[in-house]
Amino acid sequence: MSIKVLYFASLRETLGYSHETLTLPASIATLGDLRSHLARRGGVWEALGEGRNVRAAINQEMAGPDKAVADRDEIAFFPPVTGG
Amino acid sequence: MRVSVQEADFDVGAETEALAAGRADVGAVASFVGYVRADKLAGESAAEQAVSAMTLEHYPGMTEKSLEAIVAEAESRWSLLGVRVIHRFGRLVPGDRIVFVGVAGSHRGEAFAACEFIMDYLKTRAPFWKKEDTPEGGRWVDAREADDAAAEKWGQA
Repeated sequence: MSIKVLYFASLRETLGYSHETLTLPASIATLGDLRSHLARRGGVWEALGEGRNVRAAINQEMAGPDKAVADRDEIAFFPPVTGG
Repeated sequence: MRVSVQEADFDVGAETEALAAGRADVGAVASFVGYVRADKLAGESAAEQAVSAMTLEHYPGMTEKSLEAIVAEAESRWSLLGVRVIHRFGRLVPGDRIVFVGVAGSHRGEAFAACEFIMDYLKTRAPFWKKEDTPEGGRWVDAREADDAAAEKWGQA
């Protein structure tokens, strides 16, 4: 399964990446699995760890940790929004 | 066009007028304009410790879709005759306009309510992030619990 992951705002700056393309192991089924997988890279990636205030979207729609991740999805991680 | 996400400024008068132009059924247009405010930094004593500029980042594609969804939600709750939402991104300084929401209806009740609803939902659901320039460097603005509470008062979508 190949997906595109985008990072925004303070998370983008912390991680040093705005986007990446990933090939995922079969064990990753949900958004929550993906987030844990990324946090396990350690170092700055712990910003995605459990308890951190991070929001996510799948294919440009807000999504919770139980949402399934599918091949070619566009996933985004970002801090709580502050527009308006 | 109901939703625009743009770097350019907008003309409040022209946008407001356009909501009622050439129509005999519009009885009310309510509008909201948000501006960049020169906030003092919390806990700082010196008068010059104020925000000098901010940069608004967004998620191209998702931002437009989320604003469209918020407008559609407002239209499902009230009988509206027109809606216009404009949100800017990029570098802005105090006094600059950030956001415009205009709603046309038959009467003021639905126009006022839908305008406030759209702003409250936009604050918590549209992917924009503010970074302030301060004398100590850039600082990302934290989300406010008061904004979540304002959105929640409308009940679940």
